[in-house]
Amino acid sequence: MSVDHATVRRIAHLARIAVTDDEVPHLAGELNALLSFVAELDQVDVAGIEPMTSVIPMKMHMRADVVTDQAGADAIVANAPVREEHFFVVPKVVE
Amino acid sequence: MTSLTDLTLAHARDLLLAKDISATELTEAHVEAVEKARALNAFVAETPDKALAMAKAADGRLANGTAGPLEGIPLGIKDLYATEGVHTQAASHILDGFKPRYESTVTSQLWRDGAVMLGKLNMDEFAMGSSNETSFYGPVASPWLPPEWTREKGRSALAGDKQGLLVPGGSSGGSASAVAARLCLGATASDTGGSIRQPAAFTGTVGIKPTYGRCSRWGMVAFASSLDQAGPIARSVRDCAILMRSMAGYDPKDTTSVDVAVPDYEAAIGASVRGKRIGIPKEYRIDGMPAEIEELWTKGIAWLRDAGAEIVEISLPHTRYALPAYYIVAPAEASSNLARYDGVRYGLRVPGKDIASMYENTRAAGFGKEVRRRVMIGTYVLSAGYYDAYYVRAQQIRTLIKRDFETVFADGIDAILTPATPSAAFGIGEKTSADPIEMYLNDVFTVTVNMAGLPGIAVPGGLSPKGLPLALQLIGKPFEEETLFSLGEVIEQAAGRIKLPEPWWA
Repeated sequence: MSVDHATVRRIAHLARIAVTDDEVPHLAGELNALLSFVAELDQVDVAGIEPMTSVIPMKMHMRADVVTDQAGADAIVANAPVREEHFFVVPKVVE
Repeated sequence: MTSLTDLTLAHARDLLLAKDISATELTEAHVEAVEKARALNAFVAETPDKALAMAKAADGRLANGTAGPLEGIPLGIKDLYATEGVHTQAASHILDGFKPRYESTVTSQLWRDGAVMLGKLNMDEFAMGSSNETSFYGPVASPWLPPEWTREKGRSALAGDKQGLLVPGGSSGGSASAVAARLCLGATASDTGGSIRQPAAFTGTVGIKPTYGRCSRWGMVAFASSLDQAGPIARSVRDCAILMRSMAGYDPKDTTSVDVAVPDYEAAIGASVRGKRIGIPKEYRIDGMPAEIEELWTKGIAWLRDAGAEIVEISLPHTRYALPAYYIVAPAEASSNLARYDGVRYGLRVPGKDIASMYENTRAAGFGKEVRRRVMIGTYVLSAGYYDAYYVRAQQIRTLIKRDFETVFADGIDAILTPATPSAAFGIGEKTSADPIEMYLNDVFTVTVNMAGLPGIAVPGGLSPKGLPLALQLIGKPFEEETLFSLGEVIEQAAGRIKLPEPWWA
């Protein structure tokens, strides 16, 4: 499986990372190098092997269904790059 | 008496409890050492006022008999631990200005036990790197001078672009450099593929990655959640054991933290290792392994045998697949974890013509090259049509890797001895221009441990013929960190404590 320039652009868009035309060939080369590095995994017989979901077997703890975070709206928006009162401000998304 | 910054953590603790020294004078000595070592670039934020206030409070508790286990001990904190009101950026541009309104569980437990915070430590951006060169704040220099360099040559490189000086390893490069340079008595670090053990190995310090789930990940900036684990770097096995007791423990805020009582790890130091069965995995004898690493490993085997352990050749057949499988699992999880950096809730925002282009511009400007590369590869392996071929297969291989370890442990092996790294430290700039995979190979001996969720410790085993630190790794059964501390101390005693470099940088 080899990554072409169109795929690089599609992946960059899915990852929400802007790429310039100059960067695309280089990125394609890097992604292909990594994909060929991982290609040896194809040799492994994985038939019937469960994919790992939890590396250490553990029982999930249930917690009481109550409000525990009392930080408040001031704390939540404190680090926002753009805010108005208790709102995060983003570019207009509906006309 | 040795200088206050040369003390081990354990010795400083004993002197504090005996009231031979005060937390304030100990902290002042470290604050001064941090200031004088700025050129190493180990700290990204210094908090001297906070440190002195915490030390004063510690002196009060030492005086009235309410001292905690780490009372008055000055520590450095890796920049990915959330510290309330203090710089927390995982050394990334995208978290510019972020000061959390909460404290990570691990650091809050350190402060609960009386420790003092000196500041935040440099690291590879989002912990993605093995040399601390991907940091937005620039590379960290190791306090170890390159072979045959004079201190003048070192100082002039430090004042310039640092090229040619040695890397401290990564991602916890600031932690390792600061501990080796005696800027703090210990440091928090974190390990996703080797980020505690490899920097400890490169700097002649001790680092342990505990069992997955042993420490809470709450309040740590996430890289790959199924692999990330907190742990300490310090100057002795005992010092790591002391720090682990405070860092470990169940936390209801992290569903993957495990509800198992925290033992007194320090009590394991000095325990007999007679009769312990130590596995030597033949698959770790990789092609082209340098002679100095072979010799180190042979010495380590002899030291443990001399201490009464039984040496057993073992096989971990899926070892070679661990690194490629890691480079699917870790970027996949990273691409998901790093989706939150969108220029809305915290950190950097770069405007765009609409919301999507604002996201794209922010992330292009805010993430460094290595982070962008990993997010993109992670996005690719999770994308429609490739998920089964890459991600599911990698997770199946992870099951096989873990099964390899389970098999040898079921056969009576107590711990496994390997080299920690395939080489000694390399130079800043030496591996950055090349193929990224060359850098990834640094983690070839450590990454299996993360894939299987096991504990692993790196302990100095001596110096290379060129005079640079080399380390051995011990891998244990889940939640048997105590065995690693006992065995690690045997190696430390046999190898002799490494003499850390004199402060040529100050």
